[in-house]
Amino acid sequence: MNMLTIFKRELTSYFTQPTAYAIVIVFGFLSSLLAFTLGQFWNVADASLNGSFFVYHPLLLMILVPAVSMRQWADEHYTGTIELLGTFPIKLRSAIIGKFLASAVVWALALALTFPMILTVNYLGNPDPWTIFSGYLGSFLVCLTFLAITTLVSSFTRDQVVALIVSVAICCLLTMIGWEPVINEVRRTGPEAKGAVELMTRIGIFSHFFDATLGRISYASLIYLGGVISVCLFGTNLALKSQRA
Amino acid sequence: MIEVTGLTKRFGPKAAVDDLSFSVKKGEVLGFLGPNGAGKSTTMRMVTGFLPATAGEISICDISMIKNPEEAKRKIGYLPESAPLYNDMSVQGFLKFCASMRGLAGSKRREAVARSIETCFLESVARQSIGTLSKGYRHRTCLAQSLLHDPEVLVLDEPTDGLDPNQKLEVRKLIKNLGKEKAILFSTHILEEVTAACTRAVIVDQGIIVADGTPKELEAQGGGSLYDLFHKVTTFETPAA
Repeated sequence: MNMLTIFKRELTSYFTQPTAYAIVIVFGFLSSLLAFTLGQFWNVADASLNGSFFVYHPLLLMILVPAVSMRQWADEHYTGTIELLGTFPIKLRSAIIGKFLASAVVWALALALTFPMILTVNYLGNPDPWTIFSGYLGSFLVCLTFLAITTLVSSFTRDQVVALIVSVAICCLLTMIGWEPVINEVRRTGPEAKGAVELMTRIGIFSHFFDATLGRISYASLIYLGGVISVCLFGTNLALKSQRA
Repeated sequence: MIEVTGLTKRFGPKAAVDDLSFSVKKGEVLGFLGPNGAGKSTTMRMVTGFLPATAGEISICDISMIKNPEEAKRKIGYLPESAPLYNDMSVQGFLKFCASMRGLAGSKRREAVARSIETCFLESVARQSIGTLSKGYRHRTCLAQSLLHDPEVLVLDEPTDGLDPNQKLEVRKLIKNLGKEKAILFSTHILEEVTAACTRAVIVDQGIIVADGTPKELEAQGGGSLYDLFHKVTTFETPAA
């Protein structure tokens, strides 16, 4: 009940301020722009979205996702409203999950509004619907992971800009260490880098995401991303409680 | 209704509140006086369950705030020191949100919001965005959220701070009226408020109670002046040269 109340308040707040609109428009524009320029959507002559559209999502999300949730707890600290939340007869975790779900809905909407890409690729050929669904699911899981990371970071500071910069840095790092060109560079250093390459592939977001764009969401990926999300949300609970101790 | 025993809060080696004990009964308005940094707000934050105590016991209507915080919090209405609000909401929307968080729904919530708006004279700004309100209205909006669930205990941290003289008078009257049916703990810097609204007052300095009594008793202790007593029992942050 309380979680739903906080969820509604947060969701309304995203749409009474320009945040949600800006994110939906900027993400829709940039993801399409990249698909038609760097992604060479017209030239690849392939009725799919993985090589030209989805592949750029983590690069956009690692910057745009923290922009949505940077204020989540930083603003509560800054305005002092955390004192109100902390004296309501509720569990802190209801507030954390309510806020997290509200930001997740904003991103679900941003992804959903790229549907013209699905219409286009269906008009041009016969793409595999499962692969497209899997790509969107992968993108959404990446969104949730980055949102959870930003939630945790924002619980430590009252400054939204600090929350944004630190979150973007962490999300960039997690994305880049699983990116093929970076892994190849490490691989080139010699056979002794095999262990490092294995580790980077496992913890890098990009490698898990890339499998999803090809329609192969593995249990390992689900467990890994679900684990990062859970640890970050649990960490947020601990961080907020320990700050008052 | 409020029973505080041996309450202590340490931040590292510093004791912000040191073995504090006091009680507030139904029908009593306890003024909490003290200089800046005396531990007033820290005490109030512990009484309302926002800060955990390092040691001691807090009981609200016979419910332990330490062992059963959720139940104890239901009994309290709290106005924090800075009157924090969500600037993107309207006054009415904010009060609806707070009422929902207090477990009120449907017609009970509507009635509670309407009653609080009326009690705190917020009719003219009910649909206005909080971000556009003056300080006085902001303070009263936050006070209104503390009254929504008609709590048995009210904890008000500097409720008249930032209000103009007319508003101060109204809020003092309101506290006095509410105090007939509730237990009220409120902090202030303004010594006149003790005689105007309190049935009893304590003066806190460096985390301990240094004076306790009815306004008349305290004035008598200060040789007829509450100011003199305050100067005598509290510490100057910067000693006079």
